[in-house]
Amino acid sequence: MSDIERMSRQERINAYWKENNRLIAILLIIWFSVAYIPPLFVNQLNQISFFGFPLGYYFGSQLSLVVFVILIFYYAYAMNKLDAKYHLKDRDK
Amino acid sequence: MAVNEAIKLRNNRLAQYYGMFTIGLIVFSLIMGVLELGAGMPKAWIGWTFLMLTMGLYAFIGIMSRTKILDEYYVAGRNVPAVFNGMATGADWMSAASFISMAGTLYALGYDGLAYIMGWTGGYVLLALLFAPYIRKFGQYTIPDFVGTRYGGRWPRLVAAICAIIVSLTYVTAQVVGVGIIMSRFIGVPYEWGVVIGLSGVLVCSFLGGMKAVTWTQVAQYIILIIAYVIPVTFLSLKLTGFPIPQLSYGQALANITRLESELKISAQAPARDGSGRIIQSGYVPAYNEGLSNAAAVSAINQINTYFGVNITPPPAKSIPDTSKPADVIQTDWRGTPWNFLALTFCLMVGTAGLPHILIRFYTVPSVRESRLSVGWALFFIFLLYFTAPAYAAFARWEILQNVVGKEISSLPEWTQNWSRLGLITQRDYTTLEGKPIDKLPSWAAPQVKSGALVITDANGNGKIDLAGATFSEKEVDGKKIGVFGELSGTVITKTSTDGILQFGELNIDPDTIVLATPEIAGLPYTVAALIAAGGMAAALSTADGLLVVISSAIAHDFYYRIVNPKASMNTRIWLGKTMLVVAAVIAALLALPRLALIAQMVAWAFSMAASSFFPVILLGIFWKRCNGPGAIAGMIGGLSVTLFYMYNNYIDPSFNVLGITHLAAGIFGMPVNFLLCYIVSKLTAAPSQEVQDLVDHLRSPELDDELMTSIAGGKQAAGAH
Repeated sequence: MSDIERMSRQERINAYWKENNRLIAILLIIWFSVAYIPPLFVNQLNQISFFGFPLGYYFGSQLSLVVFVILIFYYAYAMNKLDAKYHLKDRDK
Repeated sequence: MAVNEAIKLRNNRLAQYYGMFTIGLIVFSLIMGVLELGAGMPKAWIGWTFLMLTMGLYAFIGIMSRTKILDEYYVAGRNVPAVFNGMATGADWMSAASFISMAGTLYALGYDGLAYIMGWTGGYVLLALLFAPYIRKFGQYTIPDFVGTRYGGRWPRLVAAICAIIVSLTYVTAQVVGVGIIMSRFIGVPYEWGVVIGLSGVLVCSFLGGMKAVTWTQVAQYIILIIAYVIPVTFLSLKLTGFPIPQLSYGQALANITRLESELKISAQAPARDGSGRIIQSGYVPAYNEGLSNAAAVSAINQINTYFGVNITPPPAKSIPDTSKPADVIQTDWRGTPWNFLALTFCLMVGTAGLPHILIRFYTVPSVRESRLSVGWALFFIFLLYFTAPAYAAFARWEILQNVVGKEISSLPEWTQNWSRLGLITQRDYTTLEGKPIDKLPSWAAPQVKSGALVITDANGNGKIDLAGATFSEKEVDGKKIGVFGELSGTVITKTSTDGILQFGELNIDPDTIVLATPEIAGLPYTVAALIAAGGMAAALSTADGLLVVISSAIAHDFYYRIVNPKASMNTRIWLGKTMLVVAAVIAALLALPRLALIAQMVAWAFSMAASSFFPVILLGIFWKRCNGPGAIAGMIGGLSVTLFYMYNNYIDPSFNVLGITHLAAGIFGMPVNFLLCYIVSKLTAAPSQEVQDLVDHLRSPELDDELMTSIAGGKQAAGAH
């Protein structure tokens, strides 16, 4: 905490930016995995039944969409925490 | 503190207004339903009442939000709360195509169609993580503003403005076509009048209040369209499965589809094609059966020739795999692989994040913090419709396999007959030609006569096709088998095509039919169909509104104010913006009148084009400081050229393809070229000025630092606007 307070404004922005990029990278890996990996195995996944749906089809029609929504809300939540950590306040206009 | 409380109060008031509106809409629909069933109110009255009331509401919101303030006109005063901006983005995003045609596309393509569902939602993750907070932080008016400021000079701005206008104009034309079709189908007015009435509705709203009016209308339009979309399929689910949550119960429909497909031996038949020439895949759940075809190009060119009286030679019809041959020789090395599916999904995602009319919605929220949250709400509201669409498709497929395919044409369910009469369902069994005048054949049979596959011998010279008492026989001419059936003969005449039973391959359904016919399939009163029409109108008008704002601001703000006359007064700029709005609307209406099939295809191309032009340039502009103007221009031009090259060649001749990737996903080739060129050219030329590098730092920090912003971006005019 005190470390961050001792930083200059530019240093804070750089550190903040680094953490932001790491978060973006992690979330994009999850995004990529749910969107582009299941289609490679769709016919195999379809052998599995999930709440009465063939799993491969269900991934494309609902599961991946739910993950997308969660990812965005999580990013909004995590970035608010990051803003506070680096004392980068976002004033409303 | 006082400010916060004022904001809270305003938000509560907004929630109350729209809450009351939602309840009002439901109560009104119930009353109309009672009047229809109890008092026998005529259909036309119901249709008109729904339409006039919703259009009146949009006009009312437009008049209430009329404004002469620049910030309100372009970015709704930057005070739209996250949730409401989410709803407005949802309505802005979901067009006539999402609302009416998407379920039909899924019906035709099965699993392969899910590329659209994933693509058009997954793009919002990119938008949230990579663009929205920085666009809000940048805080100007348009996307060319961003490109122009970040890359310096008028050329990047001009290129961006032209791209934005082209993309938005095709897109808005498609919406206007949608409005005309809905009006003519449900209200019975001629298509042209539908276009005019619909457009005047758009203009009343956006002309008076610009982005401010558009935003608050879009919120209302979202509520109408989502209610209208969910209600019919809920009842259909209840009827077919006894369970009223279609999104959970359509698994049962999928199981039944698979069972019926194997019972009807559908995969063994030659694949049928839908209205635009795509192969309707033979299995609904199994993936990657879609082939390539230039049928769309051929029909689009023929249509242009007929309408404009020109004579462009269409390419020879070709489809890969060649479906006229038996199944064992139609395999190609890419069929059955996921490459086209993945490429299309990717292009749709990236293109979504690069579309100007969606990006500008994130200028309208109060802060960076709200912009991040707002994308989440936007996707949530879009998700509600997109995870319902596959349910529509599955229930319709089940119903059709169960009660339509393999049945005698004379005894098909009533809804099939109704939509056949409108030409949205075609039954390509030759017995349906009985009594048809020879010079007015249906659109599926006429080309067969032209190509010689179908020969009509008018034995009694009455100008009509007579098939009474006809029986099928076969003869051999020059080693070819020719079928004969009454006055018809030719290679297309076979035992199954003349047996009066509707084969799966003989059934052709316009994609719009699935959503439009659902109330009838579910046995619901006409009021529900009128509600769907109002919802489709809301979807089309809200998207058209957002697009017109982009076009008018690209001309009035980016071109006139930023390039031609930077000294223009506030009044001149608003006045010019409004004029351009009307001009753009009139041009869109004129483009919509011929109802060219090409327009709908161009909208699908917009995603690949945005993916290979805007997306890389905006992304690098934020995440790579060293990226400069020459790099951006080289990237945009190079990326777009590669995309257009692949698109054109594959569209005309499908044997031009890499791994079976269609022209719709051509952006997959252009986008890396854009990145690469942008990188190389930036490295070879001078780094951007210190001012621009400061701007990038400024974008990356969520603090709102207005002084720095104004010194870089816009001088005194921008400061005056705040």
